[in-house]
Amino acid sequence: MKKFIGNSLALTGLIIITTVLLAAILAPIISPYDPNFIDIDSILIAPSYDHIMGTDGLGRDVFSRMLYGAQISLLVGFVAVGISTGIGIILGSIAGFYRGWIDSFIMRIVDVVLSIPSFFLILAVIAFLTPSIWNIMIVIGLTSWMGVTRLVRAEFLSLRGREYVMASEAMGSSDIKIILLHLLPNSMTPIIVSSVLGIASAVLVESGLSFLGLGVQAPTASWGNILTDGKEYIQFAWWLSLFPGLAILLTVLGYNLLGEGLRDILDPKNK
Amino acid sequence: MITYLIKRILWMLPMLIGISLISFFIMHLAPGDVTSTEASFNPKASEESRQKLREIYNLDKPVIVQYGLWIKRIAQLDFGNSFASHQRPVLWETKDKNGNITKGLIQEALPITLLINLLGITVIFSISIILGTLSAVKQNSWVDKSITLFVFIGFAIPGFWLALLLMYWTGVSNQWLPISGLHSLNYENLSLFGQFTDLMKHLFLPVFVSSLSGLAGISLYVRNGMLEILNQDFITTARSKGLNEKKIVFIHALKNAILPLITIIGLSIPGLIGGSVISESIFAIPGMGKLFYDSVLMRDFPVIMGILTIGSVLTLIGNLIADLGYAWADPRIRKGITK
Repeated sequence: MKKFIGNSLALTGLIIITTVLLAAILAPIISPYDPNFIDIDSILIAPSYDHIMGTDGLGRDVFSRMLYGAQISLLVGFVAVGISTGIGIILGSIAGFYRGWIDSFIMRIVDVVLSIPSFFLILAVIAFLTPSIWNIMIVIGLTSWMGVTRLVRAEFLSLRGREYVMASEAMGSSDIKIILLHLLPNSMTPIIVSSVLGIASAVLVESGLSFLGLGVQAPTASWGNILTDGKEYIQFAWWLSLFPGLAILLTVLGYNLLGEGLRDILDPKNK
Repeated sequence: MITYLIKRILWMLPMLIGISLISFFIMHLAPGDVTSTEASFNPKASEESRQKLREIYNLDKPVIVQYGLWIKRIAQLDFGNSFASHQRPVLWETKDKNGNITKGLIQEALPITLLINLLGITVIFSISIILGTLSAVKQNSWVDKSITLFVFIGFAIPGFWLALLLMYWTGVSNQWLPISGLHSLNYENLSLFGQFTDLMKHLFLPVFVSSLSGLAGISLYVRNGMLEILNQDFITTARSKGLNEKKIVFIHALKNAILPLITIIGLSIPGLIGGSVISESIFAIPGMGKLFYDSVLMRDFPVIMGILTIGSVLTLIGNLIADLGYAWADPRIRKGITK
């Protein structure tokens, strides 16, 4: 904990992420308006006391929509990374533990998926499904597990030869027990770091998809689709473009700082 | 070297099969079949073209047979015709009975995206080497810190937001640069040099936006690589020999730090190609990214499948070039494999 406070990267990241988390959780309480309430009488009002981030082309309060947008980006980030980390841990464990043909097989799948431009892959899948927040999360998760797989496999390969693992094997522990009790806990540092960095890229991908109209669908607010409106009104309403973009930038920055900071903190070489 | 080359090219075959399997699987994700109205909202797809498509994909046959036949067509570079753009061929031009040539969609879009990506890679390569080296040489100074800040922001900034801001700033409020398309309206009347500058002006923002995150990543990579190398024994030897510091950094250290970049750039190709979707659709540039985006919106399956396959093949070729470049540039590998 002391090291955490001493690490300015991780601390800055943590503060940003906590703020976003609080905004998302408290959205129903602190948002001054209903995020989807259309008010024709107050279209495109510049930031003011009543609407601190202004209103959009349908008279909806941008601040309230930003708060609910935070929920979406957190949800997408966590669920997508949950899926990709889950797949990565399972495949990486199998490859790193059993080695041999199954290892080569899994690693070749990783190579193949990595060679398909990932944004194309995501868009192609979405073209065949209907865009909805659940589909987005699943698709992002299913197209980003390769890094974790490689990581877990590499950790397992280097841990396999350690004495305590061999001792456990000699005592007749089952494969599952060795993996869950010895190998995985000792591989946690890189997994945590890559998950945190993974959330950052999931947030970016979701906002990009929503911006292109292929992600979270109206009227549900997401930072990406507020920006789509911002593009329409960029000549008259700068606030519609500025705030959601800044929110994405800061959130992604926060996860990246936290991830890099955690790497320093959890690295035993830095003790 | 030759054996390595052959091995490396043969290695691409199983990769291609894997890619085709994934593309084929995605095509079968669609509810119903590819031609059902539920899947293709495209009103331009007539019942006739649907029937044709069912025949092309052999949807009445078992899945394995369908895959086999599809592969056979792809192997002959036959990607079919687009639903949406007046039945234009997806990949390459065709001639009809009267000798009229219809250009392929990918044929027209690919050179544009390749040009943007090549320019992007050049920008990334040259600027990140400068930034990374500066950062490493002046470690922990304000220069290093501001470059690191730039790296973090470059990673985090959403490309489409940056594009929007730049469009507004340079195009709308100041009118310094054109903000959409590839050419100005008077392009045909310009001199050759004028056409070149016109094209470059139009490409400036898209190239900048699509290379920023790569620039950030690779600057960081060069910095860390340089720091590691500057602590190695041969650098200490060079220093104790009394070589001047500039020579040490720019000749001895940099050469070693740049080498792995060849591979890294190869690995970043799928990201660059995929990223072209956002920058090309914002700046209305008729390349692969925009073509892909439009096809997704119109559920134009033949084009989607074609771009997915061609995009992956490009990645494989890019990786091949990177690997060969690395093998050629590193004397240790070059000599190792000729043995």
